[in-house]
Amino acid sequence: MLDYEFMRNAFAAAAIVAVVAGTVGFFLVLRGQTFAGHALAHVGFTGATGAVLVGIAPLWGLVAMTVAAGIGMGAIGERLAQRDVAIGLVLASSLGLGLLFLHFYTAYASQATTLLFGNVLAVDRATVWTLAALAAVSLAALGIISRPLLFASLQPELAEAKGVSLRLYSMLFLAIVALTTAECAQIVGVLLVFALMVGPAAAAQRLTGTVLAGVLLSALLALGESWLGITLAYYTDWPTSFWITTLSAAVYLLAGVPRLASRGRMPMPG
Amino acid sequence: MNAIEFRDVTLNLGGRDVLAGVNLDIAAGEFVGVLGPNGSGKTTLMRAVLGLVTPRLGAVRVLGLPATSGNPSIGYMPQARGAVAATRLSGRDFVSSVVDGHRLGLPISGRKGRAEVDRVLGLVGARDLARRPIAELSGGERQRLLLAQALIGRPLLLLLDEPLISLDPRHEGEAVALVRSLQQELGITVLFSAHELNPLLGAIDRVLYLGQGQAALGTVDAVITGPVLSRLYGAEIEVVRLGDRIFVMAGGYPVERDAHRHEPVLEDWRDRGRSRHA
Repeated sequence: MLDYEFMRNAFAAAAIVAVVAGTVGFFLVLRGQTFAGHALAHVGFTGATGAVLVGIAPLWGLVAMTVAAGIGMGAIGERLAQRDVAIGLVLASSLGLGLLFLHFYTAYASQATTLLFGNVLAVDRATVWTLAALAAVSLAALGIISRPLLFASLQPELAEAKGVSLRLYSMLFLAIVALTTAECAQIVGVLLVFALMVGPAAAAQRLTGTVLAGVLLSALLALGESWLGITLAYYTDWPTSFWITTLSAAVYLLAGVPRLASRGRMPMPG
Repeated sequence: MNAIEFRDVTLNLGGRDVLAGVNLDIAAGEFVGVLGPNGSGKTTLMRAVLGLVTPRLGAVRVLGLPATSGNPSIGYMPQARGAVAATRLSGRDFVSSVVDGHRLGLPISGRKGRAEVDRVLGLVGARDLARRPIAELSGGERQRLLLAQALIGRPLLLLLDEPLISLDPRHEGEAVALVRSLQQELGITVLFSAHELNPLLGAIDRVLYLGQGQAALGTVDAVITGPVLSRLYGAEIEVVRLGDRIFVMAGGYPVERDAHRHEPVLEDWRDRGRSRHA
């Protein structure tokens, strides 16, 4: 299977994106901002279709739009950014706007499916290098802000008292999330970004007790799920995104088993 | 040098003056209990000391300097919001996140950081329970980790916002005794806010009672009296002593117990007090 250039590209692209998604996703889940990540992906759809309309590569439309939206959401403030109604409306209207852009640009019928559900087998060598560069930027930025970000996520009031600007880190982090979302969309599409950003991270947080172990496991799970997903897709000819999302959900459910089992053994401490 | 000085301070929160023209002098090394009904400004007062709320009027000085945010000499335990209660993260990682938390970089602590975490966990007797996930700890155990966090960086002034909330009476006593012994051992100043006076009796040096935009600071005997509290509550208050316990009563009801459980009751007796005056 690795004899094919497109398969080698798919594995490389998936590996790059999975490691970033698993790492960034860990903080996203820890901060309880998973829905915001989902919304950013949808906003990205507008950006991608808009880019296609004006003749730019969809990836750059995706990146520009999600990063702008991420910074905007962070600036508005966490409390507003986490409101279900506000995010839900952003989701719906950005998908609708994206649909309108596609309507004007009718030449690519398959463009919408690729953007919404991803097509990792169509990733070429140049895109792999672009993804690697974007991944390096995301990981470097996250590495630089990770300590104050963790502090602000776990103990916001105390962090504020110690001089950490909650808004600044919220903005920076959502910008990183936006960049990661744009990368994930190349593999699983904007609708299924959850599978790589949230599934592995949430499973890892069920299984580990420290930040370091959690981040490593989250990245490893994302990597394993996407590689296994591509392999299964190769042999079954079913869509890759189906396999990756299914594996992501299955791993998350399995991660809850140890605790369920221990809860069954001993009654809740009263 | 005073640990905290308020000079004609007016603190405004959402368009309302929570405290108006307040003057305070809290000496270094004092253990002060902060009391008062809901909304009387206990949290806002602490946030002003932290430099997170700028006084509308007047000046706040902390350890001889004007209050500014990011003051490393202040340890702070915010009111528990329960947001962290669900995380599977170990207590140790939770406490460690504070070490150099304001500096950029990876959240990996060096030898000095680990030693500091060991020190504060030892101070509150939480070395063993810090290995367990926070989600599995009881309210009292979680409070001890929060206290450990507040002690990181060897603060000279400790602000504890409602540490007793959601603790049962036995754990209330233990928490107060722990803070008192730490305060004496480390020779630091402590502000400890609470809804009820009784768990703090015998431990605190002085009491700071807030209400109706005003503040009364003094010994328990000087502040917890009918006339002083009637002024702070804006209603007729009776102070009843029962053995070594003190009850603050309005219209025959203890006001402190009810303050955080059934807020309407507070309004209820306040109206009753007014009508009696009329």
